[in-house]
Amino acid sequence: MATEILMPALSPTMTEGKLARWLKSVGDDIRAGDVIAEIETDKATMEVEAVDEGRLARILVPEGTEGVAVNTPIAVIGADGEAAKPAAASAPASAPAAAPAAAPASPPASQPGPTVAAAVRAGGPAGAAEKEWGPTRPLSVREALRDAMAAEMRADERVFLMGEEVAQYQGAYKISQGLLEEFGPRRVIDTPITEHGFTGMAVGAALNGLRPIVEFMTFNFAMQAMDQIINSAAKTLYMSGGQMGCPIVFRGPNGAASRVGAQHSQCYASWYAHCPGLKVVAPWSAADAKGLLRAAIRDPNPVIVLENEILYGHSHECPVAEDFVLPIGKAKVERPGTQVTIVAFSIMVGVALAAAEALAEQGISAEVINLRSLRPLDTATIVESVRKTNRLVTVEEGWPYAGIGAEVVMQIVEHAFDWLDAPPARVHGVDVPLPYAANLEKLALPQPAWVVDAVKKLF
Amino acid sequence: MTVEAKKRGKGREAASGMTRDQLLTAWRSMLLIRRFEEKAGQLYGMGLIGGFCHLYIGQEAVVVGIQAALEEGDQVITSYRDHGHMLATGMQARGVMAELTGRATGYSHGKGGSMHMFSKERNFFGGHGIVGAQVSLGTGLAFANHYRGNDRVGVTYFGEGASNQGQVYESFNLAALMKLPCIYVIENNKYGMGTSVERASASRDLSKNAAAWGVPGVQVDGMDVEATWEAAKIAVAWCRAGKGPYLMELKTYRYRGHSMSDPAKYRTREEVQKMRSERDCIEHARHRLEAMGVGEADFKAIDEEVKAVVQEAADFAQASPEPDAAELWTDVLVEG
Repeated sequence: MATEILMPALSPTMTEGKLARWLKSVGDDIRAGDVIAEIETDKATMEVEAVDEGRLARILVPEGTEGVAVNTPIAVIGADGEAAKPAAASAPASAPAAAPAAAPASPPASQPGPTVAAAVRAGGPAGAAEKEWGPTRPLSVREALRDAMAAEMRADERVFLMGEEVAQYQGAYKISQGLLEEFGPRRVIDTPITEHGFTGMAVGAALNGLRPIVEFMTFNFAMQAMDQIINSAAKTLYMSGGQMGCPIVFRGPNGAASRVGAQHSQCYASWYAHCPGLKVVAPWSAADAKGLLRAAIRDPNPVIVLENEILYGHSHECPVAEDFVLPIGKAKVERPGTQVTIVAFSIMVGVALAAAEALAEQGISAEVINLRSLRPLDTATIVESVRKTNRLVTVEEGWPYAGIGAEVVMQIVEHAFDWLDAPPARVHGVDVPLPYAANLEKLALPQPAWVVDAVKKLF
Repeated sequence: MTVEAKKRGKGREAASGMTRDQLLTAWRSMLLIRRFEEKAGQLYGMGLIGGFCHLYIGQEAVVVGIQAALEEGDQVITSYRDHGHMLATGMQARGVMAELTGRATGYSHGKGGSMHMFSKERNFFGGHGIVGAQVSLGTGLAFANHYRGNDRVGVTYFGEGASNQGQVYESFNLAALMKLPCIYVIENNKYGMGTSVERASASRDLSKNAAAWGVPGVQVDGMDVEATWEAAKIAVAWCRAGKGPYLMELKTYRYRGHSMSDPAKYRTREEVQKMRSERDCIEHARHRLEAMGVGEADFKAIDEEVKAVVQEAADFAQASPEPDAAELWTDVLVEG
């Protein structure tokens, strides 16, 4: 009986990896627990342990092969002659076997709850077209974030990075790769697992004139430090009558990753965007990530940078210009259209664009706005778009109640009510803690089909 | 690094250090704080000061003794019981009182109030209302000095009540790990609001609370300004030499309630009276000064001068305008 060894998934979001090295050769005897190969993902190098015993009969994927999809057979173990081992389940692959596309769920009905008063003042007038930055090259969001930090650290001695595993480990999600080597342990600082303490320490350092970048391994853990972010970082300038500002960046992945359960899968956009004294940005593309993070680091205020783990590995064209930076508070029209405005941020920009593509095939022209900045909100750009399209659909991964979508809709009610031809609609994560089961998780997070559905109901 | 948990200033004769002039200066500072706080209490009663107002009366020797050991450029942060700290760092009584009364001329233009005042110029970093939060922030002040490689030290004041907050211990660990020049000062006034320290902490010697991280700690008679100063000099020298953080527990007592609205039913009148009559820091320093030859006329002159400063502050505060309505919208973000 031969047993296939499959390419294992080594993290919740891994879809493929590089088979870096075989540690066993054909003909070798293998015992359960033996390290047989090394796999590299964009985050880490991991060892693959055998779960079956037998003789390595064939290697199907030679070492050095890149882009090996999870669950691809990479080797075959043959029975070693005497005791034929049962060919039970082999590799520890967490098979996210593409569940047959369930009929697209229709967007959950929005709660008819009370709407929040508009705490966010409308952004400035819709500005000029985005500055032309010249030539671009493909860059991953991960590299973009790293490059942004490196550039700002080179430019300003006061800027430093701290957080869990940011230095020697090179970042839990490999965002800070290479920074320790370039800037040394004085400026790239591993902290103990102590969010409340190190966040307070960083805020104190900012009040004292430094410019910390605090990486939260995920924003879920920043709840431990919420008091310092809101009460100390956001409010001190006001409470001091303008004397004591807090130039600090809090960044890290926000929202759902993949199958990591309710406590690791929350979108905090509306939590932070609620608070005066903070700025909040949520990049989608590599250019967003680089431009917005550089702006955040230069900003004299506390800025929350809500990243997304799934996007880290995505690549986009990004300007190569040395001085490339994006303004905080300015949205981007990612796809022009005429019949409906779809407003999204972070990973949902991709969902909105996919929906717009599908809608185009059905003869509906959708304009997609990538918010980029949640506070301040670029109300002017949204208003301008809705006055043209007369329809609005918001898309967010987070919960609906008092969410970003609710705020965007309210801004339109206040500023463009008479231009609306249909009630605005929200597409959002369903109003439950995120479930673990693959099918349930999929049912809980907005899909392009939900957006298509929501748009079509407006016509 | 070893833990040295010495007892300092237990016997008052042990405190010998200050010269006549130093002690007289300290006495004036303590008196200024006391008179200022008495006036604040009075204005609160008249409805001129609103909200929470936590008076420092009884604890004056702590901040005055410790500040006397600092140098220009050293940095200070504390909790919401902060009026005394502001005066001790050299902030003007009139600006503090104007803030208490919510006026445009206050240190925060009337937008902070009793618990939230700051002075970059005097290296006073507030004024923080969430119990224990200033301990992490103070650790950050020290971090910044360490990062810059200067020899400034930071003093982080907090109460024995705050010493039960988790982030205090996170801060001890960070400061010890990074060898940050941070002096942690626990002002143990025996009660966190209405809960006595015995009912709130299983630790009977708070100066040992950072011992697990190798942080030296010392217990000091915080009713004795000279003993406090002597102990603080050692802590300052330790931190300035780059040896890492230092913990001081100052045994002190507040005569008034936790805040103006606290009837203080959790302790007896006799207990308060006994502290006032037998342990008062201002009286104690006065006896020491008398022994050094300071006469009644000298005390009276200082008393008059201090009263005048406080009265001027009260007059200034009441005469100052409230902040302009436009101030509502300023200082939310640094513009530009």
